[in-house]
Amino acid sequence: MRWALETAAAAWLAVAATAMAMAPSGDPARGAKLYAANCGSCHSLDANRVGPAHRGVYGRKAGTARGYAYSPGMRGARIVWNEATLDRFLQNPQAMVPGTRMGFRLTDPARRADVIAYLRQQSR
Amino acid sequence: MIEHYSSRRGLLRATGTAALSAVAIGILGDAPALARAAGKEPGGAANAGDIDILNVALGLEHEAIEAYQIGAESGLLQKPVLDLALLFQGQHKGHRDALAGTIGQLGGKAVQPKSRADYMASLNIAAIKTQADILRLAQAHELGAANAYIGVMPSLGGKELAQVCAKIAADEAAHWSLLTSALGEALPQPAFMFG
Repeated sequence: MRWALETAAAAWLAVAATAMAMAPSGDPARGAKLYAANCGSCHSLDANRVGPAHRGVYGRKAGTARGYAYSPGMRGARIVWNEATLDRFLQNPQAMVPGTRMGFRLTDPARRADVIAYLRQQSR
Repeated sequence: MIEHYSSRRGLLRATGTAALSAVAIGILGDAPALARAAGKEPGGAANAGDIDILNVALGLEHEAIEAYQIGAESGLLQKPVLDLALLFQGQHKGHRDALAGTIGQLGGKAVQPKSRADYMASLNIAAIKTQADILRLAQAHELGAANAYIGVMPSLGGKELAQVCAKIAADEAAHWSLLTSALGEALPQPAFMFG
């Protein structure tokens, strides 16, 4: 039994390590430009606009930016924004959070990684 | 670019309003067919995602219309840049009307614009001191809007709605190009300037 658990744990760690190694590492400087060009029509760091303000989004529970009127879907989402959740959301927001008003998809994994790195930097 | 544009001002002024109305009517006229083609009943749950996306786009158009109005009233814009700004504002009004009409046809409720004070704060209008500042704000908005329309296309329920967004994205891209030229900036070298 113990042998089986150890084997399973080792296999899980190997998969996780492989996934981390394969994930593109983001560049916050590139991410800043991509953010301005792709997210900047709806979002800014410090003001709620069409979409919520983003400073502090990394590590924040979804649907909790102060003063922004979220959709019921986003208010009810049990998500904390981190690299994995942001990456999944930016691929297809409405598939991850049914009812969210955001339909914008950032399809390029490298670009997503850059934007997420920027959001993380700006949330420190 | 400005001189080139100025030479065409009269023609643009004369034809702008009529052309916009025709575009808006053309898009609106398709809206019931779009809902039928997608196999969706107006107001049905299946339309909710499309309505939400179009309402976000409508919010962008409201913001652009107010931003150009603030710019026009600022006294900072000189002719022919002022004419350019008003032309673009008129086209955003065409987008607004088309989107609001389509949202209504799909059974949704179109979002209303925010207050002037809200836009003044969220766009940081207090920091704007020159004509170039206004142009850069507009340039950033148009780039973001073009990319936003391109970015939502895969999320829309039908190719027809995506085509509407493509038409609007093309307008935003044209605005961005002209504003970039008015600022004296070079266009990017790589292909795929948007999206």
